[in-house]
Amino acid sequence: MKPLLTVENLSIGFGSAAPVVQDVSFSIAPGQTLALVGESGSGKTITCRSVLRILPRTAQILSGAITLNGKGGPTDLLALGPRRMRDIRGNDVSMIFQEPMRSLSPLHKIGNQVSEVLWLHGRVSEAEARRKVLETFDRVGFPDPDRAYRSYPFELSGGMRQRAMIAMAMVSEPDLLIADEPTTALDVTTQAQVLGLIRDLQKDTGMAVILVTHDLGVVANMAEQVVVMHKGRIMESGAAEPLLRTPAHPYTKQLFAAAPKIPDPDTPRAGDPSQDLILQMNQVSKTYKLKASKPWQPDLLVHACRGIDLSLPRGRTLAIVGESGSGKTTAARIALGAEGPDAGGEVLFSPRPGQPPIAVHDMDRAARIAFQKQAQMVFQDPYSSLSPRMRVLDALTEPLEIHGIGTASDRRDKAAAMLSKVGLNPDMLQRYPHAFSGGQRQRLSIARALTLDPALLVCDEPTSALDVSVQDQILDLLEDIRDRMGLSYLFISHDLAVVARIADEVAVMRQGLVVEQARPEVLFHNPVHPYTKALIAAQPTPDINRPINLKLVAQGAGAPDSWPDRFRFTEQSVPGLTAIDTGHKVRCHA
Amino acid sequence: MDIFRYAIYRLFTMLLTLLVVSVLVFAIINLPPGDYLSNQIAELRSTGQTSGLAKAEFLRKEYALDRALWEQYMIWMGFMPGPQGWSGMLQGNFGWSFEFDRPVAEIVGDSLWLTVLVNLAAVLFIYLVALPLGVLAAARSKTWVDYTAAFVGYLGLATPNFLLALILFYYGNKHLNLPIGGLMDPIYEGEPMSLAKVKSILIHLIVPTFVIGTSGAAAMMQRLRANMLDELGKPYVETAIAKGMAPSKMLTKYPLRVAFNPFVADIGNLLPAMVSGSVLVSVVLGLETIGPTLLAALKTQDQFLSGFVLMFVALLTLIGTMISDILLVMLDPRIRYEGRDA
Repeated sequence: MKPLLTVENLSIGFGSAAPVVQDVSFSIAPGQTLALVGESGSGKTITCRSVLRILPRTAQILSGAITLNGKGGPTDLLALGPRRMRDIRGNDVSMIFQEPMRSLSPLHKIGNQVSEVLWLHGRVSEAEARRKVLETFDRVGFPDPDRAYRSYPFELSGGMRQRAMIAMAMVSEPDLLIADEPTTALDVTTQAQVLGLIRDLQKDTGMAVILVTHDLGVVANMAEQVVVMHKGRIMESGAAEPLLRTPAHPYTKQLFAAAPKIPDPDTPRAGDPSQDLILQMNQVSKTYKLKASKPWQPDLLVHACRGIDLSLPRGRTLAIVGESGSGKTTAARIALGAEGPDAGGEVLFSPRPGQPPIAVHDMDRAARIAFQKQAQMVFQDPYSSLSPRMRVLDALTEPLEIHGIGTASDRRDKAAAMLSKVGLNPDMLQRYPHAFSGGQRQRLSIARALTLDPALLVCDEPTSALDVSVQDQILDLLEDIRDRMGLSYLFISHDLAVVARIADEVAVMRQGLVVEQARPEVLFHNPVHPYTKALIAAQPTPDINRPINLKLVAQGAGAPDSWPDRFRFTEQSVPGLTAIDTGHKVRCHA
Repeated sequence: MDIFRYAIYRLFTMLLTLLVVSVLVFAIINLPPGDYLSNQIAELRSTGQTSGLAKAEFLRKEYALDRALWEQYMIWMGFMPGPQGWSGMLQGNFGWSFEFDRPVAEIVGDSLWLTVLVNLAAVLFIYLVALPLGVLAAARSKTWVDYTAAFVGYLGLATPNFLLALILFYYGNKHLNLPIGGLMDPIYEGEPMSLAKVKSILIHLIVPTFVIGTSGAAAMMQRLRANMLDELGKPYVETAIAKGMAPSKMLTKYPLRVAFNPFVADIGNLLPAMVSGSVLVSVVLGLETIGPTLLAALKTQDQFLSGFVLMFVALLTLIGTMISDILLVMLDPRIRYEGRDA
């Protein structure tokens, strides 16, 4: 078959610096899916954008050719004038971007933004455009297309916004869809549904898809052709199945090794119940009041956390897993004392073995300061959690200064020691954060959390902003320092595969409730709750034999009142957390 | 419907604010020791002129300046009857100017509306100039268009207004035959409105508008450029380009709409800044706006006159902010749907 799009010897550079894309060639047949895989900085995004020539102003296409062989016959996209190029954009080739919130204008209604594609490319009356858009909305799974048409982006959830983006890209029935990390910003169950949708639409319309991603799991689920890029060059390319089964290039192998996986059955893991608990959360609930918009309406109560009972044995890792809005971060904030629980809940912390536990939310000033030293946090985004105007030295010694520990030279030595502990060179103390890569910055935030010699570390999605290979290193580091320094972790994550690796105990949260809790090997091999099953089924793994089971996802990821009778809960009646086996608790009716 | 309710709510808060402002204005005017009349009486006594004393004493009684401060305030506002019965601001009696020896309403009269006119023209000028130039400078950032716009802008910011006024008068008169000074041809003063009078006013407005508006326009252009540059980097701009939109249409529909909010919000701040800022210009240009009157009244502690002018400026500000708030609600759905965000 004649290829729909051919990219030949493409090189792109910024100014006089070395090219960021070098000699890239690939082609894609009509109806096919090609995955462009690579880590940040690999040039995959620049490559896919060059097809529509949406590049930063300073980027220059140095050489190569991009030929589109679609509705209008063979066209050299790099030689087109701006007007002809605009005819191609959105009409023959359309694009979906990573962040659905920021990729839609906040001030225009969804319907307006989507039907604009049809107006721009002419040929339709307003009524017909509207009809067509409503049809597309229905197709991409909006329950009420009419309402969606009239909505603003901020009125929709992340998944729905991405559906709107897909509708915008699909409405003109393009020959080629370029999806640039379309699901990276979404929850795992939403990701599974969106990927399924793209696949279905592709089947219906026969369009080709270029999927840009860093996630080998997504690749295994979607692609027929794979192109692996690294530092602007193609490392390996070819049909998906052989490439994923037996990767040839060392870089591809390295990517595979780093990709976190849901563990295989019967991987034994040591885990004896310990009685020395460093942290206990007893009946912790948190209710927020949303002020009603009209004075006569009652205020809305939001239950961020409901009756959470968790305990963390010393030297272990307790993971809380859930999607955005499940209450996992609220639980962590309460554990750290950043917020108080509703009346009746308590958080107990015992800094040293054998000492009587102290109540985190009932401390005097001195005790609170001591507690803050012993419980530290590692944040999600290493780019925004370090002040860009503070040198590494200042960032690392600041906690010591605040607590008045040591002299200036003591603090300096401590900071240097911390840097080497997290695998960075002490010479780097005088630098500013911008001189570090994402992974190095996360090492810095870990170093900062460690300077006060804490006993408990709360890690809030510490690896979700990082590339897979870097994520792997950071998890190694976290495991290493936990075991060496005897730390205990409360680990917050939405990523089951990451949790499977590091946790000793996993609690799955949904709508403020823990729905299932067990050791990871139990949870992943004998999940009982439909929501846990959905989370596991939705997790893309780089194993071509384990495709995402959309049916399981759909069963568990819906609203709690769509679950089977045994697990169903409503606002009024919530079943209790029942132990169905030793150390395996499920929220279900007995 | 919601907007209507919001407008009523804003009107209500505006009246409340106005009340608070009136207390502040009255208190501040009365902060310096003495008042116009007691100063005058003291002066008359020291120079031995007894003839004026009786009149001054009479005026003190007549305008209740011998009463307690709070009573003076209530009478001034028209919340309670004074020596002349119910006759305060609320009843439309703006008081007596001791300095000019005429009712305040008579002194202020025309200049009030001329002030509004000049300032509205300047605001319009600012927006008309700043909008296209700011957008253009952002769209063509770091090219000669941008640099030229920036250069002209800084020139506008840096030139003292009165100097600009003198220069414009000189060259405007020399080359374009523009009139010098005033807001209309003297022959129309005191005449009823006519087409010729309107035309004369419009021609006289050209130079003042330019002079008062230049620095504002330059500042606003720079801010719009910066805002637009921020917006141009956002992903939704890329989405629009990927749809196949032409650049000019894309710019006005998406980033400009978002970057525009601060400019709508500025309307409220522009008005009072120009009333107080254009005093010097008004003197130089010979404009009979309210600025110079206010200055004179404050200097001589002519309390009813200065009180009225200050209240008027406050009213302008409040109306300006109300207009900008209502416009913002109409323009930005995120504000309109506040609290409904899921």
